[in-house]
Amino acid sequence: MAVQYLAAHRFGLGRRFDDPAIEDPQDWLIRQLDDYDPAPAAIAGLAGREAIATAYAEYRDERRAMRREAKNAQMRDDDGADVQAMRRMARAGFRRHYGEAARARLTAAVATQTPFPERLVHFWANHFAISADKQSVVGFAGNYENEAIRPHVMGKFSDLLTAAVHHPAMLLFLDQAQSFGPDSRFATRVRNRGRRQAPGLNENLAREIMELHTLGVRAGYTQADVTNFAKALTGLTVAGLGRGAGQRLMPADARPGETVFVDRLHQPGPLTILGKVYDQPGAKQAEAVLRDLAVHPAIARHVATKLARHFSGDEPPATLVDRLEKDFERTGGDLPSLYRTLVGSPEPWAAAPTMFKSPWDWTVSMLRALKTPGLGERQNIAAMFTQLGQPVWRPGSPKGYDDLVATWAGSAALMQRVELASRIAGRIGDRADARALAPLVLADALTPETAQAIARADSPGQGLAMLFASPAFLRR
Amino acid sequence: MILSRRSIILSGITVAAAGALPGFAYAAAGTPKRLVFVIQRGAADGLATVAPTGDPAFAAARRALADETAGGAKLDGMFTLHPALAQAASLYAGKQAHFAHAVATAYRDRSHFDGQNMLEGGGSRPYGRDDGWVGRLLTLLPAAERDAIAIAPAVPLALRGTVQVGTYAPSRLPQADADLIARLTAMYADDPLLHPLWDSAVKTQELANDIGGNNGRNGADLGKLAASLMLPADGARVMMVETGGWDTHSGQRGRLNAQLRGLDQLVGALQTGLGPAWNDTLVIVATEFGRTVEVNGTGGTDHGTASTAMLLGGGLAMGGKVSADWPGLGAATRYEGRDLKPTRSLESVIASAVAHHYALDPKRVMATLYPDA
Repeated sequence: MAVQYLAAHRFGLGRRFDDPAIEDPQDWLIRQLDDYDPAPAAIAGLAGREAIATAYAEYRDERRAMRREAKNAQMRDDDGADVQAMRRMARAGFRRHYGEAARARLTAAVATQTPFPERLVHFWANHFAISADKQSVVGFAGNYENEAIRPHVMGKFSDLLTAAVHHPAMLLFLDQAQSFGPDSRFATRVRNRGRRQAPGLNENLAREIMELHTLGVRAGYTQADVTNFAKALTGLTVAGLGRGAGQRLMPADARPGETVFVDRLHQPGPLTILGKVYDQPGAKQAEAVLRDLAVHPAIARHVATKLARHFSGDEPPATLVDRLEKDFERTGGDLPSLYRTLVGSPEPWAAAPTMFKSPWDWTVSMLRALKTPGLGERQNIAAMFTQLGQPVWRPGSPKGYDDLVATWAGSAALMQRVELASRIAGRIGDRADARALAPLVLADALTPETAQAIARADSPGQGLAMLFASPAFLRR
Repeated sequence: MILSRRSIILSGITVAAAGALPGFAYAAAGTPKRLVFVIQRGAADGLATVAPTGDPAFAAARRALADETAGGAKLDGMFTLHPALAQAASLYAGKQAHFAHAVATAYRDRSHFDGQNMLEGGGSRPYGRDDGWVGRLLTLLPAAERDAIAIAPAVPLALRGTVQVGTYAPSRLPQADADLIARLTAMYADDPLLHPLWDSAVKTQELANDIGGNNGRNGADLGKLAASLMLPADGARVMMVETGGWDTHSGQRGRLNAQLRGLDQLVGALQTGLGPAWNDTLVIVATEFGRTVEVNGTGGTDHGTASTAMLLGGGLAMGGKVSADWPGLGAATRYEGRDLKPTRSLESVIASAVAHHYALDPKRVMATLYPDA
């Protein structure tokens, strides 16, 4: 089997033009686990949570002011120049953080010397998916991956889960920031005053943690478990976004964009979840539930299956899933141990390249192969991935992107890749020789047919486009 | 004497019998039939789309959202259409729209992904099938009505099956040159995955050239795009259009209004774009499940069970009617105390509409589309 190709494309993010030959593929991958740097240079200059939250709050205040003015002037606010002005402002303001973070993510992936852990960062960010569909989430999306995911991919699963759930992007995306205990002191007071409908519960986050992040769907939890878990999570919210009842109750020293626990919003009292009573006070209640969920018997299989699928194909071999599941159970969810077991297993190395690269994987591997940058400084990275069908940090649902051949192998998607490859190859022209690059990039998976097709191309640019559109390069 | 398929059925000869005479059954097909399946991903709120304003429990349960449909068309003594659906309301007045209420697939839990899998796959349990009901329907259609396409980057489950299906996603990238396309055609010739995908991509690109810069971002553009792909003599006859954004956990009033307005424009642009062919077109709009009867703490609704499906087109069996075996919204009559109770299967609504549209035997259609039912 094409072990060098599999190490580079299936486990890594594609060969870089300057990578030395991979002598021992398994050793090469395992060493990366130790060399992994959770804070690569490319992400160092990005804005922090406070700047992101402040930019969003300013945008929203201005938008509100403009709407008011528009109303006063008796203008329609769904049309016309004022709306265009608002859109421009939105782009210039908080959306800038999203665009910069998406570019930094791509730069980090193209530059990295530890592509296996970098792929794992992408994998876990997608497992704990947020989606930048909501305006409040947009600016935080990159910060989420960099601060909640990156630091924990070499730790325990429970640390990763806790960090993901507590990040503002997740709390905003799944409506936790506005979910209040029905019997919390705050809701009770509002109700007693009888002035308006009391704020209440939103079960979105609780359900998705159980269904998607931990136990998996149909794992035996009930509606009551979801509702009670939602109650346990109440009190968790985000400071400094200046909206909703909870914001007036923030601790005075809370910085904007910081995750805070507000006891007055928390549902008091003990709760039964999955047959166990949780009577911890305040924030400790949900933390205890999360700790138990992270080692629940159902989760080992859920995580093992997803990981096995990502590294062996649509139908992961049962032997591989079983081995990863046992490893997870034995170590209580130690992630590096799972990765070592994965690399040391025969199954990911046995199959031919059957998986179809996602648009992200394919683009990253293309750019890694090129010495001359394939994209211009002014290229809008976020727009490019939207065009390719995989918007960065915007899968559109908390399930994240699917990991199946059928998800990405569409006829229109294929044509779009060919168009992008053609455009990039046009930029590079004869500054790269596809005939020399092909054996380096595809290594032991380069077929005589592909080599010949590239050699017969009518120009260096066309040869390069054919390398990037070749069957082996489209797969992993 | 030449018999159309419709007259065969009317004269009492079953389609199965007609099928025994190859070349005869489809010989006289008139205008080709067209089918559009619009999926609402995210669980659209049927109780706000077609609001049961005549139900005595409605206003109390919906509280702040009870007037969401104020100003909308009164469909009958019980139901009011959301005001954003203005073009759908005119279709209803012209007997070209039908709403089926309190319907649900066989799925009874509340996961979007399992629910959509059941809606598209048409199986009896999530992930029970790897082909979809539209894909299986294609096997019943004559060759001239079988060309199917999805406006999506990859083939959605509903369209998967034994018949090859194309996809089209509007592209703003410069097109690859003809020579490169020819060389890649040779390169993919022996690749079982890439060969059919590429064939379909090249064919679609040729067909879709005339839509130019249309990027399909909003409902009207999407409807226009869909019509432009379906109108040509060698265009698609079966189409799936994806819509998302229906998961209104918070701030439902504004979000749903925008969503429904987009959907309404989509339908309007499709009708305008298809022109006279609209009379032979059936549009099915459906979602994976509905939303809670009660409003939640954030001005939205959570995952529920039964919802509404829409049938639109020129030749409906029951145009200008709402069909529902209405269960009532009182706490005691709800499903699990919280959701609109499903009283009719969405599968049977879809199968009977499709059977009527193509003049096929309803039993055979049901058995093909929903073999596990």
